[in-house]
Parts: sequence; C-alpha cells; structure tokens
Amino acid sequence: MSQYAATFAGFGGQGVLTAGQLLAYSGMKEGKQVAWIPSYGPEMRGGTAYCTVVVSEVRIGSPIIRNPQCACVFNRPSFDKFVPWIRPGGLLVVNSSLIDVTTDRTDISEILVPANDIAMQAGSVKALNIVMLGAFVGASNVVSFKTAKAIVQEKMGAKREWLPINLKALEEGFKLAVDSGKTKVKA
Amino acid sequence: MSETPDTTFKRPESLRDTVTHYCPGCTHGVIHRLVAEALDDLGVRENTVGVAPVGCSVLCYNYFKTDFLESPHGRAPALATGFKRLRPDMIVFTYQGDGDLASIGMAEIVHAANRGEKFTTIFVNNAIYGMTGGQMAPTTLPGQITTTCPAGRDVTQCGYPIRVSELLSTLATPAFIQRVSVHSPQHIILAKRAIRRAFEYQLAGRCFSLVEVLSTCPTNWGVTPSDALKWLEQNLMRYFPLGVFKTPDKPKEQR
Amino acid sequence: MKGNEAIAEAALRAGANNYFCYPITPQTEVAEYLARRMPEVGGVFLQGESELAVANMLFGAASTGKRCFTTSSSPGISLMQEAISYMAGAQLPCVIVNIMRGGPGLGGILPAQSDYYQAVKGGGHGDYRLPVLAPSSIQEAVDLTMLAFHIADKYRNPAMVVGDGMIGQMMEAVEFPEKYIEPPLPPKDWAATGAKGRDPHIIKSLFLDPVALEKNSQVLHEKYEQMKRDEVRFENYSVSPENEALIVAYGTMARICQTAIDELGSEGISAGLLRPITLFPFPEKQIYDEASKKNIKAVLVVEMSMAQMFEDVERAVVGKKPVHFFGRTGGIVPTPEEVMSAVRRSLGAESGAKRPRKKS
Repeated sequence: MSQYAATFAGFGGQGVLTAGQLLAYSGMKEGKQVAWIPSYGPEMRGGTAYCTVVVSEVRIGSPIIRNPQCACVFNRPSFDKFVPWIRPGGLLVVNSSLIDVTTDRTDISEILVPANDIAMQAGSVKALNIVMLGAFVGASNVVSFKTAKAIVQEKMGAKREWLPINLKALEEGFKLAVDSGKTKVKA
Repeated sequence: MSETPDTTFKRPESLRDTVTHYCPGCTHGVIHRLVAEALDDLGVRENTVGVAPVGCSVLCYNYFKTDFLESPHGRAPALATGFKRLRPDMIVFTYQGDGDLASIGMAEIVHAANRGEKFTTIFVNNAIYGMTGGQMAPTTLPGQITTTCPAGRDVTQCGYPIRVSELLSTLATPAFIQRVSVHSPQHIILAKRAIRRAFEYQLAGRCFSLVEVLSTCPTNWGVTPSDALKWLEQNLMRYFPLGVFKTPDKPKEQR
Repeated sequence: MKGNEAIAEAALRAGANNYFCYPITPQTEVAEYLARRMPEVGGVFLQGESELAVANMLFGAASTGKRCFTTSSSPGISLMQEAISYMAGAQLPCVIVNIMRGGPGLGGILPAQSDYYQAVKGGGHGDYRLPVLAPSSIQEAVDLTMLAFHIADKYRNPAMVVGDGMIGQMMEAVEFPEKYIEPPLPPKDWAATGAKGRDPHIIKSLFLDPVALEKNSQVLHEKYEQMKRDEVRFENYSVSPENEALIVAYGTMARICQTAIDELGSEGISAGLLRPITLFPFPEKQIYDEASKKNIKAVLVVEMSMAQMFEDVERAVVGKKPVHFFGRTGGIVPTPEEVMSAVRRSLGAESGAKRPRKKS
C-alpha cells in the first residue's frame, strides 16, 4: 500500500467526519502523509455527510479521490451513493443496523457491521462511528489497532466517562472485522 | 502678584494655521473650531486620530493638527472601530456629513453605535450634498429643492428625512447623543459644551458618543450666509429638534 | 489540522493579534477558531456587520501600524474591494485571505478558482496590484499566510492569499515554526500614533492635484515592479528535458495535475508541471523558459475556472508554443483522468469528439 483512500459517509450527526479524522490522525501518528476532506455547506446540516481520508507513504497528489479503496457507509443513501465508486478489489464496510441490503458487486469484499447494536452494547449508540472505524481498521490494516486506540484515547479522552465506551466500541468493531475472516490481518 | 488667566482670542492648538476651502458662510469652520477647542481643553491633541469622510469636509485633515485617516464614503465608523479596538488608549473621532453618515454609511454608524464603540462622531447635518453640488440628502426637508429633486423633495417617492439622533437613540446600547446647532452665538456655546461632553465620555471609556450639528450650506441652498442661518432656525430646527436624546447616565433624558 | 484553522493560527503566530470578520462559507472556521483563540492571547476579535464594514475596520486597524488580517470567500471579497483599493492607495499593509468558491454572483459554495482575475488584476478601482499567494497544501497555507504578512509590511501594500474551498476544508499534517522568523523590516514610522512632537500623519488615498496623484501611482508602480523582480515564487514538478507537455496549474489543482503526470508517465507520456505560487507577480519568465524547451509540443493550463490564468500563460509564452486550456468550474473539481485526457488531446495523441479549446 503506497496510498490508500477511504470514504466515510452517513447522516449528519452519525460522526462520520470524526471517524475520518481519527483515521487521519492515526495515519499521521504512524508517520504517513494524510489528507482529510469533508463535504461541507448546507448538506452538512442533517443531510448526508461524508469525508475522504487519504493515508499515503508518498506525497499526496490529488486529495480528491473519485474511486477510493474503501467506503464505510453508515446509512442507506450513502450505500447507494458510494458503493458503485469503490475501486475493484476494494472494501465495503456496511452499518448493517441501518442498512438491510448487501452489495451484488463481486469484485469487492464486504463486511457487515451492526454498528448501532454494538455501540449500544458498549454503552451508547453514539459510539457507532467508532465501531465502524474499528471494523475498518480490522479489515483494511491501513493503520494498526494499537495506533487507532492511542488516537481515540488522545483525541476523545477529554470526556472521561465516554472513553471506556469508545475504546470498547473500537475493539468490538475491530474484533468483528478480524473474525469475519475477510481480512489480511492475523488475529 | 496674582496670575491673570490668558483670555486672548487665539487659534486652538488643535487647528492648523491655514486657509480652508469652505464656501463663505459655511459653518464647517465653526464646527472644526469647536472640535479643536474640545481637544485642546481635554489636552488630548497629541493622542488623537480623526477620521475624515467623503463630502465637503473630506479635506478636514488639512485643518486639524492631529493624525488623520481618510475614509471611503460612509465607512468612517468602521475605520474608527478598527482603530479604536486596537488603540483603546487613543482618542478617535469621525467627522461626517449627512450624505456620508445617513445615506451610504447608515449601516456602519448604526452598528458602531449599537456595539457601543468608544469613539466620538461629529455628524454635520445641512440637509444637502455639498461637495457634489447640491443633491438631495437623506436629511433634505420635505419640499426642499435640490438639483436631484428640482420640484422639491417628494415624500411619497423619497420618504421623509431621517432623524439620525432619534433613530440611534432607540438602540438599547448606552450612548451619548445630542443634537445642537451653530446658527447663533448662544447655540455655538451649547454646541461646544455638547462636543466637549461627547469627548469626555470617550475619555472615560464610557460609551459611543455622537453630536449632530445642524449646519448651513448657503451655496447650495441658494441663499446668503445670513439668510442661511435664519433658514436653519426656521426650517431645519423645526424638523430636527435640538436636545439630548440619550446619555449613558439617564437613558430617557430630554431637553 | 483543518486548512481554515491552520491559516488562523498562522496569522496569529505571524503577529496579527486582531481579527475582524463576517461569516461566509467555506471559511467560517477561521472566525470560529479565532473567536476562541483571540481572547487567549489577549487579542481583538470582532464580528462586523458586513464585509464592507469589516474591510474598512481593517483599514482603521492597519493605520495603527499593527499587523492585521481578515478572511472571506468570493462574494465577501467583492464587497471588500472598496477598502482594499483605498488601502493600496494609502499604502497600508494588511493580509486578506480568499477561500474561493464558484461564482459569479452568489454562485455556489464548492471549491473553485474563479476569482483569479479579481485577485491578480486589481479587483477594485485604480492603478494598483496585490501580491497574491496560492497555497496547494495546508502546510503551504501556513507558510504563505505568514509570508504574506512579511510581504505586506515590506511593500506597505495589502497582500492576498487565495485558496480554493479545499484548502479551507481539508485536513493535513502541519508544522508551525516556534516563532515566525523573518528578515528585518523598516520601522512603521508612517502609522497614526498621535501627533506628539511631530507633524500629523495623514493616511489617505486622496490626491486632488493630478501631479501628486500621478506621483503616488508611480510610487505604487515601482513597488509592483520590484515585486516582479524579487517576489516571484513557483515550483516545478517532474520537469525534465524529455517533457513533451508543460502543465501550468496552481493551488489544489496543481496537486491533481501531479497525480495525472505520474499516471501519464506510466503510459509513456512525459509531462511536467510548473506551479505558480505567486499569481502576482506571475512567473512569466520561468513559464517562457520551460515552454521554449525543444521537446515541449504543447502547454496546457488547467484551472478550476474558465481560462483566466490561461491569459497570463499565453502572454508569458508569447506564441512560442501552442497554449491549451482545460478547466472545470462551478465547484466541479477536475479528476486526474480528465487532466490526462486533456494532455493527450493537447499533444494530438487523443482524437475525441471534443477538441481542445485553443485560444489565440
């Protein structure tokens, strides 16, 4: 992997931008080049929000990526919008708590994550974005789990009571992806 | 031997020894002097910056002996805001006419007053655009003839003249706002007190202060200087009553 | 760090401890960031009533001799042109950042570069220019914002930083210098600080005497000529004697072109990029020199606007080589694939229904 791009997409308020930022910070911590680009403007307000994160071992040229290696889709509209854009051989992470369909594309791998349910079990449905991030990390290995965990501690440590929930969410998401067997990661 | 105070009539320290470009009978010169005397009285000349408008008094920076900024049309309160916020230790005043302040610069003066910017505005209202040669101003009286309302101001088309002091006095933010006139020696003395008081509020860091000065324009009104003073008293003062409209001490004080 | 926040912090560290602003997408994060930061550093933060007022507050603030800046986006920058012209005339230094969106009119809020003419050709009325810096990454946005303050002070002239919406919204890693180190500058002995023991300072752009006004314009002109000699900045990417095509692009657009150049290389097409960092002064000579090289068959200007910088490149190349244009606008960002096609077309290597737009 010299350059990897992932799109996080969902409703405004689901924490997609934050999930992407945490990935960007993780890449940065591992000494890689990173770029994070959000959608912005009126569409941010309650509509579909998305961001693309590029993690790269070389200088990042175009930060605008039409065909990312991965899409993490948090809701149905995002599924419909972003699945067709995934590069062949790429990865699709689906929030199966809210999305009741699966892709018929055969050239990508798909991983179903009941992120809302896992987050609720971890302590709050709000942590669903961290579950998705964990699953992405487990399935893609773009950054290590250790780094992602350190970043969650660093960036989300201010709200003390939330930290255990977020860490649990990250771990559960990660485990699910690793266990699903569709990854290159050794557990 | 007791010292006698020096009562010789002299040029204020805050004015330069120069000839102005103002028309005969124009009261800008009187108002300049009142501002200069106030700065002298308070001993702040060397710590003052003025902001000149666009209009007849655009060149007033040539007459005052203080630092000066020359503003775009109507924006003097914005310049004064930027300056005063960075230099709250200095005295800042804007000197603006009716077209500058009440037409193109209405937004800037209202918002500066509403933020309670701690500078002083000298608002010279002679109900006409002087520099451009006598066009209708936002303060032109109903029926008053100008080059752009040759049949007299038609209030059904142009609305009524804006009473700036009253309008700004409706703002909740504390301020000092007074309307004065300079058509007679007694009124000039009252005007001087008002201007000085405005600067005192600024010096104390109290509030925004504005003195509206009713002024003449014999040239564009098309009358003699002495008739202009009468016209001011008989017409302008009827529509624009003198008085204190707002003080930070007693918001509703009226005179 | 997000571009807008990085620009805000850069300005702060370059010594601007005051900020006057009016909200407009996509640069509002600068205001939100500084609303928190200014009180921490004892600075001045003020949200004005309009961009018109804000730019004039900047005029007042700059008159104190302190470093000051504002940020806005295209429609807001249009409203600021009045004060910018006055400040150029009165020789006041300040920095204006334009995070460009698509226009004209209210346009859209997505990234564009359609304010090129406005930025480099004057914008407001009168004989004046602005030094214009165009970052292509967040790190460069930081470095160039700081540099803009230096250039503004050095020349006593407003300076502008232009980024497209992506520069404002994108997050990348940045490093801030501990302290902004810059060459010494002359004292600001022109500022309005109170006429104590000296003649009053008058800060103005009014010269009723035509001889005096012409003289002022000549003084300004000489500054711009000096900028052309001393301040041209640019970057080459993949430039070599083998290049058949020379791409000229700035800002984020240049990075997209870099990706296109890499991909073209694997197809056996050799293309190089010249990225102007200063849009004024424009790297005319450098573009001429590159375009003049023996192997270059075509020059391609790529913009997120409709052939604005194209005119400056065409002027620089003076007919030496054919100059082509490719651009998208309105918030649509050209993809590397589109740029690759445009390069092939300009080399005559791709026959498509759409012929390259060639102006001359």
